[in-house]
Amino acid sequence: MAGRFAKTPHVARKEIAESIARGIFGLMSAAMILPLVLIVGYLVVRAWPVLSWEFLLDVPKRGMTDGGIWPAFVGTLYLVGISLLVSTPIGVLAAIYLNEYAKDNWFNRLVNLAVINLAGVPSIVHALFGLGAFVYAARFGYSILSASLTLAIMTLPVIIASTREALASVPMAFREACWNVGATRWQTVRAVVLPNSISGILTGVILQVSRAAGETAPVMFTGAVFFKAVERGDLFPYGLTDQCMALSMHLYTLATQVPNVKEALPYATAVVLLGSVLLVNATAIFVRIWLRNRKKW
Amino acid sequence: MTESPTPSANDIVKEVEVSGLRLAYGGKEVLHGISFDVYRNEILAVIGPAQSGKTSMLRCLNRTIDFTASASVSGSVKVGGEDVRKMSDVFALRRRIGMVAPLPTGLPLSIYDNVAFAPRCSGVTRKADLEPVVEKCLRQAALWDEVKDRLDSLGTALSGGQQQRLTIARALSHRPEILCLDEFSIAIDPVTTMRIEDVLKELREEITIILVTNLTQQARRLSDRTMFLLEGEIVEIDATDVIYSGDAKSEKTRDYVNGVFG
Ligand SMILES: Nc1ncnc2c1ncn2[C@@H]1O[C@H](COP(=O)(O)OP(=O)(O)OP(=O)(O)O)[C@@H](O)[C@H]1O
Ligand SMILES: [Mg+2]
Repeated sequence: MAGRFAKTPHVARKEIAESIARGIFGLMSAAMILPLVLIVGYLVVRAWPVLSWEFLLDVPKRGMTDGGIWPAFVGTLYLVGISLLVSTPIGVLAAIYLNEYAKDNWFNRLVNLAVINLAGVPSIVHALFGLGAFVYAARFGYSILSASLTLAIMTLPVIIASTREALASVPMAFREACWNVGATRWQTVRAVVLPNSISGILTGVILQVSRAAGETAPVMFTGAVFFKAVERGDLFPYGLTDQCMALSMHLYTLATQVPNVKEALPYATAVVLLGSVLLVNATAIFVRIWLRNRKKW
Repeated sequence: MTESPTPSANDIVKEVEVSGLRLAYGGKEVLHGISFDVYRNEILAVIGPAQSGKTSMLRCLNRTIDFTASASVSGSVKVGGEDVRKMSDVFALRRRIGMVAPLPTGLPLSIYDNVAFAPRCSGVTRKADLEPVVEKCLRQAALWDEVKDRLDSLGTALSGGQQQRLTIARALSHRPEILCLDEFSIAIDPVTTMRIEDVLKELREEITIILVTNLTQQARRLSDRTMFLLEGEIVEIDATDVIYSGDAKSEKTRDYVNGVFG
């Protein structure tokens, strides 16, 4: 203990400042976890009475006041899956063009501006656009197709932006080294740029899964319905031109539109939605770690 | 090989002919109409202070300047008698010119793939064809003995000096007729530098070398002729012996050569 008092006041002051700083920063990061834990904990506790595999696999019963959420769960899988099937290739390829090929001219600057601004458009506006463009103008009607395309339009600019960021993180010196030995742009992209940005690209795409799954307005306007009769556990209940149920919309319905719902039902729906999203995000993190360990410089 | 620094006129084959080369980035001109020739099998040293346009000049030779959108080039650059801007296959041009950048840049590929990359890009894919090329280039770059047992490990995991030799091996892998080195020793130790210099002395038997360097001694040791580039203009180009003997025509050259290392 004597050693501690032997310290000069200056050192002691620095140490106090240091520990205060550490305490505050630590507290703040702990505070980040708190809301998440509270939300998840609260939802799980309230949902507990009905939470089971049966709840996931079963269909809604007794005027949606009881039973499970299978049709909504499958609907969300369809919507998110198809929308990303459309937006991922387009977004990634467009980003490769913009980042690796495009010259700095007015046209490409315009495209950039469009991408940035589209990424900031509120989802309700996308919903309205989807209604006009896909449901009416393209005559896809209220359908999974219209809703998925609307979600695709919504996620596309973000995928382009995140992919570009991932591509831009590959040092320019690598590209120049390839060009110097007579590689084309595509040979360069394939051999060096893509393998070293794929983790960032995938992370960006996967994060859009949760965004697409959570949005209510875009699907509500274009193809999601309150109720759709579906077999229990049926994996292929919908066709492209059918309407479908969706988790986000189902939650809204249970919470606000249906009287005398079993109390735990909306909470359990929220748990499934949140659980799926967290699962997907966790996958993103693992993919990222796995790919980053293979990073090569 | 040019034994004498000033070969008689009928020995000379002009490998590179630059005339009236102007280069501007945006509105800013950095090369103000330079003209010079590079003779086959010589080592031409290019000296000059920072920002004088040495790197930019090299990028005009293999047309990687095309990748800089703001750059505009005029005048003519001929490689092997052919105007580079009229060449239909720019990739073939780049394969004729090996380019070594100032900073060691191993590609994030295995050591083997680093060297095999250029041949593969030009369509050589058979293992039996690639392996001898990889070995030969790594030997030429004085790296083979150090890496022959771990060709599968990453090029980026090598030390700086090794990566610079890997860069040289890569630059040789497409069998260039001209090798351009841009301040290749900037990031590596003197011992490695000397090893690479020995490599260059051997290579000049087969190819033409343009050596951009700020090390006056290095230029002196290696080159047949020296070109002094200052603010985008050639002050003087002459036999290295002349440039360094104090008999340089221009006072600027004498000052630079003496001032920096005098
Ligand atoms: N991509 C670029 N865009 C705009 N200006 C550039 C670019 N590259 C080089 N320049 C400018 O051109 C001039 C010459 O640069 P360069 O790199 O050719 O000089 P250098 O002689 O190689 O210098 P150093 O010895 O520092 O490597 C500098 O003023 C530089 O700022
Ligand atoms: Mg330079």
